[in-house]
Amino acid sequence: MSKQEISARKAGNKLKLPRAVGKGRQVDPKALAEVQALLGEESRQKDLLIEHLHKIQDAYQHISAAHLVALAREMKLSKAEVYEVATFYHHFDVVKEGETPPPALTVRVCESLTCEMKGAQDLISSLEDGMGDGVRVQRVPCIGRCDKAPVAVVGMNPIEDADVAKVEAAVKSNAIEAETIKPIDYDSYIEKGGYSTYQLCVNGAYNVDKVLDAMDDSGLRGLGGAGFPAGRKWRIVRGMPEPKLMAVNIDEGEPGTFKDKYYLDRDPHCFLEGTLIAAWAVGINDIYIYLRDEYAAIRQSLEQEIAKLKANPPVERLPEIHLRRGAGAYICGEESAMIESIEGKRGMPRLRPPFVAEVGLFGRPTLEHNMESLYWVRDILEKGPSCLTDHGRNGRVGLRSFSVSGRVNKPGVHLADAGISMKELIEEYCGGMIDGHEFYGYFPGGASGGILPASMGDIPLDFDTLNEYGCFIGSAAIVVFSDQDSARKLAVNAMKFFEEESCGQCTPCRVGTAKAVTLMEKDKWDEDLLEELSDVMIDSSICGLGQAAPNPVRSVMKYFPEELTKSGAK
Amino acid sequence: MAINFTLNGEEVVAQQGETLLDVAKQNDIDIPHLCYSDRQGSDGNCRACVVEIDGERVLAPSCCRAPTEGMTVQSNSDRAVKSQKMVVELLKSDVSEKPHTLNSELDYWATKLDIGLPRFDARHQAEADNSHPAIAVNMDACIQCTRCVRACREEQNNDVIGLALRGTHTQIVFDLDDPMGESSCVACGECVEACPTGALMPANDVGMVEPDRKVESGCPFCGVGCQMTYNVKDDKIISVEGRDGPSNKGRLCVKGRYGFDYVHHPHRLTKPLIRRDDAPKSAEFSMDPNDVDKIFREATWEEALDVAANGFNKIRDEQGPNALAGFGSAKGSNEEAYLFQKLVRTGFKTNNVDHCTRLCHASSVVALLECLGSGAVSNPVSDVEKAEVIVIIGSNPTVNHPVGATWMKNAMRRGTKLILMDPRSTELSRQATHHVAFKPGSDVPMLNAIMHTIIEEDLIDPNFIAERTEGFEAMKDHLKSYTPEMMEPICGVPADTLKQVARLYATSQGSMILWGMGVSQHVHGTDNARCLISLALMTGQIGRPGTGLHPLRGQNNVQGASDMGLIPMVFPDYQPVNDPKSHAYFEELWGCELDNNPGLTVVEIMHAIHAGDLTGLYVQGENPAMSDPDANHARQSMSELQHMVVQDIFLTETAYLADVVLPASAYSEKTATFTNTDRLVQLGRQAVPPPGDARQDLWIIQEMARRLGLDWNYKDSQEVFEEVRKAVPTMAGMTWQRLENEGSIVYPCLNEGDPGDDVIFTDSFERDNGLGKFVPADIVPPAERPDAEYPFVLITGRMLEHWHTGSMTRRSNVLDALEPEAVATINPISLDEMGVEPGEMITLSTRRGEISMIARADEAVPTGAVFMAFCYYEAAVNKLSNAALDPSAKIPEFKYCAVKVTPGGESMQFHSYGGGQSDNQLM
Repeated sequence: MSKQEISARKAGNKLKLPRAVGKGRQVDPKALAEVQALLGEESRQKDLLIEHLHKIQDAYQHISAAHLVALAREMKLSKAEVYEVATFYHHFDVVKEGETPPPALTVRVCESLTCEMKGAQDLISSLEDGMGDGVRVQRVPCIGRCDKAPVAVVGMNPIEDADVAKVEAAVKSNAIEAETIKPIDYDSYIEKGGYSTYQLCVNGAYNVDKVLDAMDDSGLRGLGGAGFPAGRKWRIVRGMPEPKLMAVNIDEGEPGTFKDKYYLDRDPHCFLEGTLIAAWAVGINDIYIYLRDEYAAIRQSLEQEIAKLKANPPVERLPEIHLRRGAGAYICGEESAMIESIEGKRGMPRLRPPFVAEVGLFGRPTLEHNMESLYWVRDILEKGPSCLTDHGRNGRVGLRSFSVSGRVNKPGVHLADAGISMKELIEEYCGGMIDGHEFYGYFPGGASGGILPASMGDIPLDFDTLNEYGCFIGSAAIVVFSDQDSARKLAVNAMKFFEEESCGQCTPCRVGTAKAVTLMEKDKWDEDLLEELSDVMIDSSICGLGQAAPNPVRSVMKYFPEELTKSGAK
Repeated sequence: MAINFTLNGEEVVAQQGETLLDVAKQNDIDIPHLCYSDRQGSDGNCRACVVEIDGERVLAPSCCRAPTEGMTVQSNSDRAVKSQKMVVELLKSDVSEKPHTLNSELDYWATKLDIGLPRFDARHQAEADNSHPAIAVNMDACIQCTRCVRACREEQNNDVIGLALRGTHTQIVFDLDDPMGESSCVACGECVEACPTGALMPANDVGMVEPDRKVESGCPFCGVGCQMTYNVKDDKIISVEGRDGPSNKGRLCVKGRYGFDYVHHPHRLTKPLIRRDDAPKSAEFSMDPNDVDKIFREATWEEALDVAANGFNKIRDEQGPNALAGFGSAKGSNEEAYLFQKLVRTGFKTNNVDHCTRLCHASSVVALLECLGSGAVSNPVSDVEKAEVIVIIGSNPTVNHPVGATWMKNAMRRGTKLILMDPRSTELSRQATHHVAFKPGSDVPMLNAIMHTIIEEDLIDPNFIAERTEGFEAMKDHLKSYTPEMMEPICGVPADTLKQVARLYATSQGSMILWGMGVSQHVHGTDNARCLISLALMTGQIGRPGTGLHPLRGQNNVQGASDMGLIPMVFPDYQPVNDPKSHAYFEELWGCELDNNPGLTVVEIMHAIHAGDLTGLYVQGENPAMSDPDANHARQSMSELQHMVVQDIFLTETAYLADVVLPASAYSEKTATFTNTDRLVQLGRQAVPPPGDARQDLWIIQEMARRLGLDWNYKDSQEVFEEVRKAVPTMAGMTWQRLENEGSIVYPCLNEGDPGDDVIFTDSFERDNGLGKFVPADIVPPAERPDAEYPFVLITGRMLEHWHTGSMTRRSNVLDALEPEAVATINPISLDEMGVEPGEMITLSTRRGEISMIARADEAVPTGAVFMAFCYYEAAVNKLSNAALDPSAKIPEFKYCAVKVTPGGESMQFHSYGGGQSDNQLM
C-alpha cells in the first residue's frame, strides 16, 4: 500500500465540471413525441413492451437509443428494462449513437439444417457480395419453410426455393410485403357449420365432463413436442382457482417444423374454435395467442379473422383474445419463456416447480397449448375420439403431422399414422429419396431430437419410442439427409443454432453450448470431454433447450463414429 | 410443519419455506453455489448447487427447491458432483486469471472442488470500465449470475443494471449498455457488495487489500440510521460494508458506502486554534481552509480551553446568563447532546440552547406535541411494507433518505399504492399511483380539500374519532368551505384528483404518511403538519402497523439531540422548562438551580446578537453560516459576537468567525449512541483514532464545563448514558450491555428487558387526557411571493451526494467527483425561454443576496421554480433564502421565496476543496 497522499488543491489541478443535466440519458423531446405518436391511445401497460418495440422497429427499421429512452419514460419502465428486452430479440435492431442504422431493407436467409443442406451458405455469400449497401443480408435461424429450402425473406416477402436471381428480382421490384394467403375465412367457416360445436358447448348442449372425457378418449397429446395428454391438462387447470388464463404457442421455431404454419395457412378458425372450446371447458376469460414474428402473413390473416370473430361473435360473450407478436427468439417456444415474453420480458424460461398450470402467465394458473393440439378439438368433438384413435401403426395409436424436409421428393406436412417408420414415411408419403441421393440418416425431431442413421429407419416414430436411442420426436419435424451430407456438419449446425438461441440464463447451456461448438469445430473431437459436457448439459440445464442441445453431438458419436475418423470425415 | 427427508443418507428435518440448500447449510453440508446469496436470494441460474433427487429425470438446483416429505436427496453423488464441478469449471474457463478481489466465491469453490486448469478455451473478454469514481467494472470476471441485477432492481430498486443480449453474448449492462459513470447509477454500491467474483468492485483495487480490522458501527449521515462495518487498514478506513441493522438490513447509499474518507482529509483540524489579534471578524469573507494561519494561530489545549471558557465566564458574570447561547449538533451523539445542553443550562445558566432541528422539523415536532403529545414518529419507515397506501409529501426520500426509500420502492413493487404529493416530479413519481403536483406552498388548501372530501363522503372512522380524539366537530365546521372545487385553482390540483386521493387514503386497510422538509420549512409549517395529523386522526389511520405519521428525520441524530433537550423550551424528554414538576425534577437530578424561562431559538439568537443582547456563543458541530436562512445576516450577527467558540472537525464557514476553534472528532472516531428516525437508539463504535491532537467531543465539553465551574467527571459515553436513562424515562430500560450485544434498541423502553415498541399510540396518545386533538388550519400564504421583479420561486433542499453544508461530503473523493460544483436545477423549458443552455452559468438573486452557479436542466422541477441545495460554499443558497418564521415553531421558510434568474454570472470562487479537485487516493 502506498503512502497516504491526500491533498486538497494541487497546483494545476483542474476543476471538474458538473453535469449539465440529470444522471444518465435524458429524454429527447423529439423522440418522445415520435414515440407518443406511434403508441397513440394504446395502453402503456408493461406487458405491451414488445408490441410497442415492434411499432418503432416497423416505423424506422431500427430502434434508436433516443427512442428506447423515450419509450421507457412513456411506459414508466427503467432504461435497463427496455434495453434488455430490446436486445434479447433478433428482430429489434437497437442502434446507439455513432452506430450506423441498418439499411432500410433486410434480406434474411435461413441457415438452419435443411436450408444449409440445400445451399444456404452459398446463397448467403453470393447475396453478401452482390446486394450492395442498400440491403442488409442477415443469417437467421429456421423460418418454417423447410419444404421449400433454401429460403430467403426480402423484407417480409418469403422467397422459396431461393436463388440469387429470385432475391434480386424481389429487391429490385420492391416486393417486400408478406405473401397473401387465402385461408377459409370467417363467413365460409360459418357456412360449413363452423363454431356450431362451440355454440353447443356454451349453450349447455354439451356438458364439460363429456367434453373432457372425449379429450381423454382421443389420446390427444401436446403436439408442441412435450406430448402431455391434453385432456389431463384441461382437468388440472380447470381445478385451479380463478382467474385462469390461456396461452397458445405458435412460436414454431424448431428447425424443420412448419406444421402449425401449414394449418394456419388454410384453416385458422378451426384452431380458434378449438381454442374457445378449451377456454370454455377450463373456465378462462383471457386467451393470449403468441405468434412467431416470422409468420407475417399469418399474423395479418389472424388479425383480420379474429376481428371478424369479435365483430360477429357466435356466442353472446367471447373471451378476450389477445394476439401477441414474437420478435425472433427460438427459446420463446419453451412454454415458460413464452409466458415471460407475453409479459413483455426477456424470454427466459422459468424454473419449475411451480408449473405453468399452477403459476403461469401474470402469476395465474395457465392452460398452455401448442396451436395444433387445439386444432384437433373440433374434430374430436364432432367426429368422436375415434377420428384419432382409428389411426396408428406399429403398435402406436393416433395421427401425427410430420413436417418432412430434406432429400426427399415430396417434402411437406404429411398427416400420417403415429408409429409410422422413417422408411415407410419416405416411401409412402414423400415419394422416395431424390434421385442420386441415398438415405443416410435423419433428424426425427428437429435440431434437438437427435440424429439417427438410415440403419435405424424402421423404428416407429412417435412419442416415447425414440427415448431409448437418445432421441425424441418432439414436434415431428423430420429432416432427411443423404450420403451427400455429413451428420457431423449437421450436428455442428445444430449446436451453433443452440448457442445462438440459448437465452443465456444458466451456465450449462450458455457456456456449455459455446464450449461445445468450439470443441466440435476442432479437427479432432475430444469425445470424452464432449460426453462429460453433454451429461452435465442434459442433467443441469434449466430447460429443454440446454437439455436437448447435446442430442445431435451424442448421436454423431454414437451412430456416425466413422465421420469422426480422418478417413471417414465428410 | 416440519418436513422429514434424507440428505446424503442422513435423516434431516426442514421447516416450511426452507430450501434444500438451507437445510444443507444447517447440517454443515457444503454445496457449491454462486448465484444464490443470503441477500439476493435464489435465482437458480448458475446451476452449481444442483443435487440428485430420487425419481427425478434431471438434477435440481438446491437453492430453489423445497424438500417434500420422504424425499431422498444427494448432493454428493457422482452425478451431482460431476455437474457441480463442470459448472464451476465452465465459469472458471470464462473469467480472466487476473483477480479483482481477495474474496472470489468462484475461486473458493474451484479450490474446494479441486478444479485445476479449465479444459475449455477462454471466451473473448470485455474491456474494463473505470468511468465511475467509486466503482470499477471488470466484466472479465463476470459470470452472469445476476446478483448485481437483483441487488440493483429488487433490493435497491434503482433499476440501472440489466441483463442484455442473449446466449453467449449475455452481458450485464448499465442503462443502455452505457459506461457506468455516464449511466443513471446512483452509486449505492449494492451491486459491488453482491458480486461474488470481483467484476464489480470499489475503484482503485481496494478489494485487493486485506483490512487489519473490521469495526461494527453506523453511518454518520442521514436519519435512516444504517448500520455498517468499517474496514480499517493502518488506522485508515479503506472501505465500508452494509450491516444487518433493523433500518437498513445491509443496504447503504452512496454517502454511507463511499463518503467515509472525509475523516482523513488534510483539512482536518488537528490543533486548537486561537484567533489572531490582527484578524478582525467580517461577515464578508472568502474562506480557504488552506490559509488558516492568516486568521488563527495554533495553541495548546490548556490555553485554548482557558480562553474559550473564560470568555463565557466573563460575559455570564458581567452581562448575565442570557447573553450566552449554545448551538449543539444533531450530528453529535446522544451523550454529547445531553452534556452540551446540560452545560448551557447549568454552566451558562440559560435555556438558550438550540440546534438544527429548528431548521428542519421544529414545526412537525410542535404540531405532534400539540396534537398527539409526543414528537416522535408513530411507526418505523419499514412499516411501509405493511401499508396498503403510502403518502409521501414534501419529501424526496431517494435523495435524502435513500435507504429508507428502498423500503418504499420495495413495497410499491409488491403493489402498495403511492400518493406522492410534491411540486417536483421526483424519482418516486415514476412508481406513484398518483403524483399530486401541487403549487409550492399550497399544502394547507390541498390537505383541507382532501379532508373535506373525506367528511363529505363519510369516509371518516367515527369510532376512532369518538374514542380517541377531541375537537372533531369544530374541525368539521372549519372544513366546510374547503371544497375541492374551490381549492383546485389555489393548489393547482384537479378537484377529481383530490377526491380520488382522499378516497384512496381513507378507505385503505392501512395508510401511512411520511413527510419531509417540504412540509415543515414554511411559515405555515406547523399548520401543514397539523393537517396531516388531522387526516390520520379522522380516518383512524394511526396506532396500527402500516399506518401512522412519520416525519423523516434529516440528521443521523436529530431525533436523539431533540430527545436529549437541545431545544430552548424543553429539558430532556420534552419536559417544558416552565413546567414546575419537570423543572423541579431536573434541578434535583442536576443538583443546581435552573432557569424556568424558555430560551431563544436559532434564528432568534441571530437577531438577539444583532440587537446586542447576546454576545457569547458556543457552537458544537453546526454550521449556521451556511445553514441559516438569510446567511449574510447570520454571518453578520456572528461577526458581531464578543466571544465565539466553535468545536468542529473542519474549519467551517462558521468556525472562520470564531475566537477559539477546538478540533473535535468525527463519527467514526468515537463510541457513542445515536437515535435514528425510527426511534432506534444505536451504538456507533470507534473505528479510527482522531487525527493529530483532535479530541473526543465528550472530553472537550467536559473540559469546558469544568472551566465554567461544573464538577464533572464522566469517564466515557457509557457513564453519560447511565444519566440519560434517568433524564429520559422512555430510555430508562436500555442498558449499555444490551446496546453492545444487540446494536440497537427502540424506545419507548421503560424497564430493563422491555423489547421496546416500534409502533406507538396503539391505545392512547401521549397528551394528558390520552386523546388526539384536531387543530384546524387556515390558508397562510408564503411570506414572499413571486412578483414582476422576482418572478421565480426558489426551493432549497439537499442532494444525494452532499450532506447539508457540504463540510464533510465535499471533502470525500467520490462524492466530490460525482457532484463537484454548485448547480441549480431548473426546468428545461424555463432555461430555453431565457436562452440558456444546460451547463451554462446563471445568476440567482433575491432581496437578500445574489449568487451564480451552473444551470442543470431537470424536468422534475416545475416551470417557474428553481431548486438548489445548500451545500456549496462558492454559491451558498442560504444567502438568498428568507428568514421569515413559522409563528409556532420558529422554523424559517427555506422552501419558498421569490427569486430572479438571469443568464450568465461571475464564475465561482473556488478554494482548496470541492470542484472535484481532491484525488484522495486511499490506496
